Amino acid sequence: MEFKDYYEIMGVSRDATQDEIKRAYRKLARKYHPDVSKEPDAEEKFKQLGEAYEVLKDPEKRAAYDQLGANWKAGQDFHPPPDWDAGFEFSGGGYTGGGGEGFDYSDFFESLFGGGFRRAGGAGAGARGGFHARGQDTHAKVLIDLEDAYRGAVRQITLQSPEVDANGHVTTRQRTLKVNIPKGVREGQRIRLAGQGAPGIGEGPAGDLYLEIAFKPHPFYRVEGKDVYLDLPVAPWEAALGGRVKVPTPGGVLDLKLPPGSNTGKKMRLKGKGIPSREPGDFYVVLKVMTPPAETEEQKAFYQEMREKFSYNPRSALGV
Amino acid sequence: MNEMKEKVLEGLLLDEGCELSLAELSRACSMHAEWLLELVEEGILEPRGRGPLEWRFEAPALQRARMVRNLQRDLGVNLAGAALVVELMDEIDRLRARLRRLEPGC
Repeated sequence: MEFKDYYEIMGVSRDATQDEIKRAYRKLARKYHPDVSKEPDAEEKFKQLGEAYEVLKDPEKRAAYDQLGANWKAGQDFHPPPDWDAGFEFSGGGYTGGGGEGFDYSDFFESLFGGGFRRAGGAGAGARGGFHARGQDTHAKVLIDLEDAYRGAVRQITLQSPEVDANGHVTTRQRTLKVNIPKGVREGQRIRLAGQGAPGIGEGPAGDLYLEIAFKPHPFYRVEGKDVYLDLPVAPWEAALGGRVKVPTPGGVLDLKLPPGSNTGKKMRLKGKGIPSREPGDFYVVLKVMTPPAETEEQKAFYQEMREKFSYNPRSALGV
Repeated sequence: MNEMKEKVLEGLLLDEGCELSLAELSRACSMHAEWLLELVEEGILEPRGRGPLEWRFEAPALQRARMVRNLQRDLGVNLAGAALVVELMDEIDRLRARLRRLEPGC
């Protein structure tokens, strides 16, 4: 497994004070918090940060981590030396749950702090006789195509869920589910799957799984709520003379009647052709007039002729 | 086991028409009902219905409540601060969606 340089992750020196570590954490946590950050890899960064802080904020864990030595580099292949933590008194309960429900620490972290700390926590509660509780509700995000929202689809999703084994070690279990994505879902909505969350304790029922819907970016459709937008390239003669053009939509190809005298930026609404639902969204076509390249002599002559026949100054509004 | 894997799961889509009770919301956030009462008190969540037992929350309440919980837990933000962040994030989401619409590829 790879060595993790927690000081590097937090951007502090190895002799940083506990106060400096706290300040660095606060600052980076605001920057990478997945609920507010727009950084593309915020979730991963925030997870690493939480793990680094979990170790460095706790003088016991920090001291244990420090005695691995300063010569390790991030990413280097690492195996904990035998009895590496001998002589360290871990007071247990060291998990503050900074990462929250289902937080999975790296293998590196688990190999160092996984056993003893975790055993002090809630693991093994299921072994207590006569204790029953409903399993926790769990949450995951699922990426679907926009077309799935138009037609509905069955999607296979793979979930990684951390599980605590009999020795208190955390392992990641992979689980594959086939889920019906109902027609009409929108970005940010959730699907609740009853009984697919964390297993219950004792004879308690399992929790529910909540799937948050997100759309994969599409090369030409853009989604805003239940409305869908498309930039539609048109030829100058189509824009000027009007006529019927074909428009792709996630629900199929449609015919659109362009009025004569259309121009770039003109927005046309195809009512009810957005994401379907009781009150379906709309599909908006934004025209984009494309200039055909003048490659042959004949084509160039044609543009020349246009210049002569149209006394047209596109910049007249700019006063030039 | 194989049969389980092959089975297609039908979920419940939490759309506008779908409402959650206080107990359901509390479970889905892994937080106590008392904490959700504070969120209602602060005006972060606005359930329909007279008393907590009759309260019905619209589906987006789930995301709001979880965001507040995460902000409190991870950043030490207090409830009023979290309420402000939630409202600003709503605004930013709207602006980003508009930006995406106007500037493809961003």
